[in-house]
Amino acid sequence: MKKQHYSKFAAILSGLVLVGFGALSLDQNVSAAAEGSIAGTVKFDGTPPHMKGIDMSKDPYCVKQHENSPITLENVVVGANGGLANVVLYISEGLTGNEASAASSNEPVFDQNGCQYIPHVLAMDVDQKFKVTSSDQTTHNIHPLPNAMTGNIPWNKSQPPGAPPIETSWKAPEMISVKCNIHPWMHGYHAVVKGPYATTDKDGAFTIHGVPAGSYTVTAWQEDLGTQTAKVTVAGGSAAKADFTFKAK
Amino acid sequence: MRRKSFLQCSLLMSAAAVLALCLPARAQLSTVQLQEWLNSPAATSHIGNITGNAHAAAMPYRRYCVGCHGELGDGNGENAVWLDPKPRDFQLAIFKCRSTPTGTLPTDEDLYDTIARGLDRSNMPIWNTFTKDERADLVAWIKHFSPRWQKEKPGTPIEIPPEPEVTAERIKAGQEVFGRVQCWKCHGVQGMANGPSASTLTDDLGRPILAYNFTDGSRPKCGSTDRDIYKIFMTGLDGTPMPSFSDNIKPDEAWDLVFYLRTLQPHNAYNAKEKQIARQLGLKPVSPQ
Repeated sequence: MKKQHYSKFAAILSGLVLVGFGALSLDQNVSAAAEGSIAGTVKFDGTPPHMKGIDMSKDPYCVKQHENSPITLENVVVGANGGLANVVLYISEGLTGNEASAASSNEPVFDQNGCQYIPHVLAMDVDQKFKVTSSDQTTHNIHPLPNAMTGNIPWNKSQPPGAPPIETSWKAPEMISVKCNIHPWMHGYHAVVKGPYATTDKDGAFTIHGVPAGSYTVTAWQEDLGTQTAKVTVAGGSAAKADFTFKAK
Repeated sequence: MRRKSFLQCSLLMSAAAVLALCLPARAQLSTVQLQEWLNSPAATSHIGNITGNAHAAAMPYRRYCVGCHGELGDGNGENAVWLDPKPRDFQLAIFKCRSTPTGTLPTDEDLYDTIARGLDRSNMPIWNTFTKDERADLVAWIKHFSPRWQKEKPGTPIEIPPEPEVTAERIKAGQEVFGRVQCWKCHGVQGMANGPSASTLTDDLGRPILAYNFTDGSRPKCGSTDRDIYKIFMTGLDGTPMPSFSDNIKPDEAWDLVFYLRTLQPHNAYNAKEKQIARQLGLKPVSPQ
């Protein structure tokens, strides 16, 4: 009688232990996917290239938007302490498919504002929905120019003042040049990548969120300066570091 | 000696391998694949009750089209260097004249119509020497140049409501649309292709391109009828700066705009009524603002 009691107790105990371990390992998976990240800074080494001023005299509305603050091209934007803005960072090797997808979490916006693209470079995941909006009281045409061989097909739509946003997505990873034919200085990029990504701020800082533990190759892409890569290992739940320096051409 | 030739041979082989690896980047079908495709139902076109067969067009293509569009359909035929605008690159399958939304493949009928119509202000002639069947065969044939025809379906043609009666109200409303969506930015307030943005227009490959001049008597790019003009601004001319306005011009307003655009053209077979009303109204050009 007593012996039977003991075995029952042992069975319950081992069951509990199993469930506990199961819960623990589940918990680890979840937190790793949510918390792992890659952070760092992208710097520019050397004298920043001269960025030409923009002559907007074709369209008096555009001129008026920048009356007191003339703007320049944005091919290479270097901030305080040599930080390089508008660099897109993404994982080029080591993705397993378990990464948190940005596709469902938010909808980035590519705005036409003051006859400029804000942001100049918009990064996004494959199939992630994004919006093209216009804050301007002048007609733009939004004309992305992907290579039709990649699976992304070029299109060209007008957005007159008060036009509704265009909501769409891209099918394949590609750095897509976007332009407005009406305002030939307007030029930006849709940086379509697979998996988690980040874009540097004006100081060159970035954080790629949602990276599970593992070893990866991170690629930094800049429209004029090309790409650089770094090997990074992300331990569960912590931020791995990756810094890049682009040299003046 | 022997060793050297072996080395040469292996070098050649590896060069050939590299070449072979590079070629599919442009997705040209191999001879075997082409034969397979020719025997498949995909190698046909359907225009009304006419069915075109690709295999019947292989020889006519070589005879009539290859000089400009090239053996590989990439628009790099031996005449291409002398031409502007450049011959269509069938590998990219981006076409100006469509009844389908921007960013989609055209219908068989669109391509069939383009062959017969030719493209005004380009070197694409009016191919009215072909029979209807021959044209349909060529439509089927050019589809093997791009993998897009295997992966994508043609777009759904835009819906065009029946054409309403031309009235003074509609012409005035059309002029308001012309001003609101700012057609004049490129085409100019009088349709003379001299808008502020006209001088810097380039096509998708960066080559300079002209906006359409409504006043010089030339035919619109994709046909002269009212429906053809309706389609141009509601689908856009893909590969050029001309965008689609379908998100911002309602179908009824689109007819108004067609009628107003007619008033900009010199007298032709289509615009007697519009010209008469414009004269009665004493219509002045929109102000560029």
